[in-house]
Formats: sequence, structure tokens, C-alpha cells
Amino acid sequence: MSNPTHYCAFSLLRQSDAERELALIGDWVVGSDIPSPDVVLGQMGEKRAVDRLVVSARDLGRWDTLLMTFLIGIIDHCRERGIEVDSSRLPEGVRGLLTLVYAVPERAGARRQAQRSTWLAQVGKAALRAWEDGKVFLAFLGEAMFALGALFRGRARFRQIDLWLNIQDSGPSALAIVTVISLLVGLILAFVGAVQLALFGAQIYIADLVGLGMLREMGALMTGIIMSGRTGAAFAAQLGTMNVNSEIDALRVMGLDPMEFLVLPRMLALTLIMPLLCLYADLMGIVGGGLVTVSFFDVSLVQYLDRTKDAIHLADFLVGVTKCTVFGILIAIAGCLRGIQCGRSASAVGDAATSAVVTSIVYIVVADSVMTLICDRLGI
Amino acid sequence: MTGPIVTVDTLTMAYGDFVIQRDLNFTINRSDIFIIMGGSGSGKSTLLKHLIGLQRPAKGEVYYDRQSLWQAHGPERERILRRIGVLFQSGALMSSMTLAENIALPLGEFTDLSPGQIREIISYKLALVGLAGFEDYYPSEISGGMQKRAGLARAMAMDPEILFVDEPSAGLDPVSAKLLDDLILNLRDSLGATVVVVTHELASIFAIGNNAVFLDPETKTMIASGSPQQLLDSGDPKVVRFLTRGEAKPPVKNLQGSEP
Repeated sequence: MSNPTHYCAFSLLRQSDAERELALIGDWVVGSDIPSPDVVLGQMGEKRAVDRLVVSARDLGRWDTLLMTFLIGIIDHCRERGIEVDSSRLPEGVRGLLTLVYAVPERAGARRQAQRSTWLAQVGKAALRAWEDGKVFLAFLGEAMFALGALFRGRARFRQIDLWLNIQDSGPSALAIVTVISLLVGLILAFVGAVQLALFGAQIYIADLVGLGMLREMGALMTGIIMSGRTGAAFAAQLGTMNVNSEIDALRVMGLDPMEFLVLPRMLALTLIMPLLCLYADLMGIVGGGLVTVSFFDVSLVQYLDRTKDAIHLADFLVGVTKCTVFGILIAIAGCLRGIQCGRSASAVGDAATSAVVTSIVYIVVADSVMTLICDRLGI
Repeated sequence: MTGPIVTVDTLTMAYGDFVIQRDLNFTINRSDIFIIMGGSGSGKSTLLKHLIGLQRPAKGEVYYDRQSLWQAHGPERERILRRIGVLFQSGALMSSMTLAENIALPLGEFTDLSPGQIREIISYKLALVGLAGFEDYYPSEISGGMQKRAGLARAMAMDPEILFVDEPSAGLDPVSAKLLDDLILNLRDSLGATVVVVTHELASIFAIGNNAVFLDPETKTMIASGSPQQLLDSGDPKVVRFLTRGEAKPPVKNLQGSEP
């Protein structure tokens, strides 16, 4: 506060050896240059002799919260040093507020200590959290499988309409975005490959590259990533909000298992719809690749389709579709898990949605690597 | 059947290491309106969660008749849960379903009633709580008080023997709160159900309660049980202060008989 608009000051008067008077002068309001309590205490000195401080306000003008924080600072310090503070000469309002402030003593242990730990400890804690998180995920996956078992025994309790609504939400509604992304991915694959292949005059093999690339890998992966951002986040937000409203508690009390009632229809919907979306994405990718090849690289449409037919086999298609189905289960589990774990605040719902997307993308990529490795070993 | 319907035996509630209440012992008798009271943060709602099977006790047991809630599994546990209905503080209606679908939820899952019968039951339950004709409204389209009444209709859908109500008057104006109290009282009398109410609303406590426990956040245990009037006469300073909004004469006078 370089340019105080109000005047305020204090003077510390010596009454006796053991007593000082702190006189407050002027306006102690926002805009005045209010001294820090330490300045006053510094002037009182370190002498142990002082055991009483009288605060007086004969010349005090206006005052507001800043006077109160100043006084509380003084009183707290004085109490620590065993100095008695006499506030009886302060204005009635100030005394009333001080009484309120000190009426309820601070509850022992209520204050949260900000804990600062070393980076090594933080790394350790993060690792432990990740480990715990993995265990929780596996437990959740297990419970989901039990719910699936209940479904096959015809004992799972959920509303069929929920299943159909989820299928509609995650299937037909996602077609537009899947079309755009897959078409463009096919297009990109074709361009990247064509530039190299054209050096050898082998443009016709673009069909192999696009066909195999889409069917085995990109179709499934892109569909997985689109659906984790679209549907996984939606699941987490839906279930998170239900948790905030105690709706999940209400289900449990009614004897309805959230695993069967909420998670199962979502997981089923994605398991049923993901293979279809993957098939569609594969087709769109091939179309995208074809567009590039036919328009820019002097290959006829018939040649492209014929080469594609030769290059790809049922096994390639099945690998991709299987991957995509697994991704679907992972997305549903991650989304529902984060939703059910969600805390009870608005920001917790946002965190749940974010975390659902991050988690499912991580699990998708990990699962993809593992499955690719397995296929390679098995020679599929 | 005789004997208490719910027995709480040396129940200790804790979140991790943080103990909320310890060594709670009380019984809830058939057809009681039982009040769980205590100041903010005393663990009233947490106790409710333990009674309805949402939170596992750190120690101790909750018995329904002679059957332990927390030892029971599968169908056995489901049978116990089937006997209770819960009205949550916010109503906790499924926000993606209409009132009719909400009430139909337990009916459709746990009974063999035909859709026609279910529809009739829904209109009957909604009429009971004064919401006739609101079948196709979503929870977000009706007021807070109506949401609570709809929640009550859902809680009663399966004709529970025990109805748990969490803070019925929270967020309601005094008149609506009184109406909800009257409704609960009326339903108890007509259906013969046992009602357990978590509240700190003095008007409710004296108007409807005939048995109660008082939870104290400082000593972390219950310090009194009995009917609200008995609690008032008990002379425990904390209970008396709570029940009289802190305006009571010192309880010592009470004991000397100079004050009724």
C-alpha cells in the first residue's frame, strides 16, 4: 500500500514496569497503512517484565476487519508469551467480535497441516497409489464378471430399456465421429505409405498397407479412443452425478446391485456395439485409403479393391474386432469405476470424467500392446 | 412377534482411524417413531448408513429381530433389506427416470405384479403422499418438497416394516416440514410401520418421536436414550441444552424441583 488514503498510527506507552498501553489512533480501515503486529511486539521488547498490555482507543476513528486481524495477531502473540491483554477500553463492537472469535477454542487436530514431502517420497506414494488403483480395477473387473455370470444364469437385475438406451447412445449416435476419424486415418495411412512406395513404383501395395493397417490395428484403436472420450467420460459423469445425489445408495438399499443395475447394461452395450463400430471403421478406412490411391497415385478403383481383397484375410479382421471388443469392456469398466468412486462434489464429477478417459486410454494401449505381442507369437 | 425390531449392539463407527461414535447400544421397538438426534457432526447420518447396510461397522452389530445385518449374505441379506424403506435427505430419486418409473423400480424387480397392477400401485402411492397425477414428471421438474414426498412414496413402494427417514425437514419451509411430519405420523398409524427419523428439528422431535437416542460429538458416544420428554427430564446438561435451544435453566435447578 504505497499511498495510504487513511491515517492510522499507534503509540506504545509505558504505564509501569510491568504494564504497557497500546493506544490506537486514526482510521484502521482498508486503505490505511496498518502496521504488522510484529512491529508492536518488537517495540515492547523481549523483556520478561511486561505481563500486561492495555489496548485503548480514545482516538480511534473508523475501523473494520483489518483492525480485528491486527488485534487477533497481538492477542495471540501475547498469550504465547504469557502477557495478559486488557481489551476493556476498546469500542463495544470490537469487544463483541473478539469475544466471538475466542468463544470457541480451536479444536485440537482440526487444522490440516500442509504436508510437504520430498520428491522421492512423492514418487513412492504415486507408485503405491498406482498399485492400489490397479488392484481396485482388477477387483471391479472381477465383480463385473460376477454380474455377467448372474446375467447368464438369468438372475441379473437391470432394466432392459437401459440396455437399449445405452446401445443407442454408444452406437448410432457415434457413427458420425467414427466415420470422419476413420476416413481420415485411412487417408493418412495411404499418403504416408504412398510417398515411400511410389519411389519403387509400388503404389498398388498401398492397398495392403491401408487394409492391414486398418483391420489389424488402426480401426480398433481409433474406435477405442473415440469411444473412451465419448462414452467412457459420459458413463463416469452419469454415475458420478448419481453418486453425488445418493442415487447409488438408494439403489443399494432397495437391494439392487449397482454392478448389475448400472454397470452391466453399459458394459453389455459397449461389448455388443464395439465390434460393429470396428467393422464400420475398417470399411471407412479402406474407403479413405482408396480415395487417395485412386485420385493421386494412378491406381484404378478395381485394382485397389482387388489388391485389398488379396491382401487381407479373415484372421486380420477377427484380430481387430477382438481387440475392439476388449477395448469396449475396458472403457465401460474404467468409466463406471471412476463414476462409482466419484466424490461428492461438482469438481469430483469432472475429475471422474477426466480420469475415466485417461484410465481407459492407458488400458487400451496396454491391452493393445499385449494382444499384438500375443498375435505375433502365435503367428496370427 | 414381540421384542425389539432393531437391536444395536456395541456399535462403533469410524472412517479409517477416525472414530465417529463408539459403543452405541439401543433398541428400536415395533411401531415406534424413533428419533436419532444430535448436533451437527455427531454422526447421525452415519449411524443411519450403518442401520441400512450402506456402511460396515468398525465394531459391533446391527440385528433385525435376531438376525445380524452384517453377517447375512446373498438372499438372506436381501430379505432383510426388503423389510426396510429409506427416504434420503435429498430424496435420491433416479434423476433419469420419471416418478412412476422410480416407484416401479423395486416393484418391477422384486415382484411378479403385472404392468397394470404396478401402474395402479404407483397412482395409489403417489396419491398417499399428495402427488396424484405426477406420474410422468421427472424429479427435476418438481419442487424440493415434492421430491421428498415422491421419495417417501418410493420408500413405501414395497410396504416396508421399517421406514428410515433422513432429515425430513432439511431444506423445507416450516409448513411443508410440518406436513411431511404429519404424513409420516399418519402413515405409521395406518400401516403400523416402525419409523426411524434422523433429525435435529426440535418441533419434529417433540411432535412425532416416542423414543430417541442422543449422540454427542465430544464424548463420541450416545449420552441418553428414551422418549424426548424423558430426555428433557434426564437432566443431562448437553441434552437439555440441545432440546431447549440452550435456553434452559441450569439442570441443577431441575433436580431440586424448582422448575418443572
